[in-house]
Amino acid sequence: MHPIISVSNLSKTYASGFQALKNVDLEIRAGEIFALLGPNGAGKTTLISIICGIVRASEGRVLADGYDIVKDYRAARSKIGLVPQELTTDAFETVWATVSFSRGLFGKPPNPPLVERVLKDLSLWEKKDNKIITLSGGMKRRVLIAKALAHEPQILFLDEPTAGVDVELRQDMWRLVRELRDTGVTIILTTHYIEEAEEMADRIGVINKGEIVLVEEKAELMRKLGRKRLILHLQNPLASVPQSLADHRLELSAHGSELIYTYDTQGERTGITALLADLDRAGIRFKDLETEQSSLEEIFVSLVRERS
Amino acid sequence: MNLYAVRSIYLFEMARTWRTLLQSIVSPVISTSLYFVVFGSAIGSRIDAIDGVDYGAFIVPGLIMLSLLTQSISNAAFGIYFPRFTGTIFEILSAPVSYLEIVLSYVGAAATKSILLGLIILATASLFVPLTIVHPVWMLLFLVLTAVTFSLFGFIIGIWADSFEKLQFVPMLVVTPLTFLGGSFYAIDMLPPFWRTVSLFNPVVYLVSGFRWSFFGTADVAIGVSLAMTLVFLGICLAVVAWIFRTGYRLKN
Repeated sequence: MHPIISVSNLSKTYASGFQALKNVDLEIRAGEIFALLGPNGAGKTTLISIICGIVRASEGRVLADGYDIVKDYRAARSKIGLVPQELTTDAFETVWATVSFSRGLFGKPPNPPLVERVLKDLSLWEKKDNKIITLSGGMKRRVLIAKALAHEPQILFLDEPTAGVDVELRQDMWRLVRELRDTGVTIILTTHYIEEAEEMADRIGVINKGEIVLVEEKAELMRKLGRKRLILHLQNPLASVPQSLADHRLELSAHGSELIYTYDTQGERTGITALLADLDRAGIRFKDLETEQSSLEEIFVSLVRERS
Repeated sequence: MNLYAVRSIYLFEMARTWRTLLQSIVSPVISTSLYFVVFGSAIGSRIDAIDGVDYGAFIVPGLIMLSLLTQSISNAAFGIYFPRFTGTIFEILSAPVSYLEIVLSYVGAAATKSILLGLIILATASLFVPLTIVHPVWMLLFLVLTAVTFSLFGFIIGIWADSFEKLQFVPMLVVTPLTFLGGSFYAIDMLPPFWRTVSLFNPVVYLVSGFRWSFFGTADVAIGVSLAMTLVFLGICLAVVAWIFRTGYRLKN
């Protein structure tokens, strides 16, 4: 598929000497929801800031919908909307004025019905004449999203959109993100709530220490890196794992009433057959068994640990 | 040209002016009126006419310049510093606007405000002293040129400043003294020869002198020199702004 954002060999070294990005290559596909995951200071915000024109790249280039973000900045930026991580809003302007301002700033003629629709979608309509300073944090977050959507961007960046946001807003936001995706908007988000990336994203990129560690279809990532746990509920609790089963590296839990076996679904052999045979030989009987897939969070933590 | 953006920023800045009407218009008018009462009426009645101009009228151009300079600088400086301080500058930087459009809209709004203020002070002054303006077109030209030049200067300060203290520093500690020593309240001929020479290094002398010439047809320095000096300062400010945007100084990492 044609990439709507194409980042090649992008590096950024700040004046302090800190290298925030190291030769990053990344392609975002048109119409997808892409989640960028990484610990604090990994370079997520720097990457987004360069694409949006707020920070200068030290090296490399970025194309947005085929336009170079430096040479053709007008064409490139008019397609992009950004919801920043910090709650940076005006204070004394009304909600209506600040959202209309954003639309004009991005070169679009006034369109009150559109601004009205955006405000209604974000449950901001009742607050349209309120000064921003009087709004709660969650409402300010909604205002920032409305500002980013006011010029009908084709590409939307959400930098940690759900940090410090209540459940209701989070659900509203994800509903909106899905609706936007359905209208063809490409969405790139960073988040600490990994279960959200897991739930929302089509593809996931992991960034750590300024390097893209991996980019993968979410389902593929889960399949590839997913470890499974086989939990055996025993009929009679054990005091310790018998010596004859030592090779299987089992864990004993729930006061000896559960045996846990961790295996790699991608491994040539999962070892399950051998384990069951050995259990039978050792005379260990079980009343039930279940398997658990590891979450994206566990995958993520193990990836980041592995590289550092 | 992204005219919608220029319009948006300009109107945003002008809205700030109307919202802070007391601070931006009323307070300079009141302080200027006080100058008229103290210098024009109380002290001025004991001072002889200068170059045939009654002292009360003589100080009008200087007083307008005083407000024009300080207000142009502080308006423009605050206009760009505040978004940097709150972080909302991210939106301007990420928008499809050129540097020229950013300067045009911020400086245009700051200059509009100080020109309005200058005209209001002029109208206020005419209530205190009888005024005739010999060269009204030149008067307006100097008014606009000075407002634009010092709004640009203020814009530079607003980008350079990284604290509210620095933001106040230049208008309070540099521009106000220069204006007071720039012949706002006296003709520089009234100074001893040494200080007269020193005064010629003060750029405000040329602004006040040219502006006063447009009112009364007399000046400390030739009108051509005044105009040239104003244009030179405008040129310097434009060059600095161009450099700021080329390097991203204090705006982009």
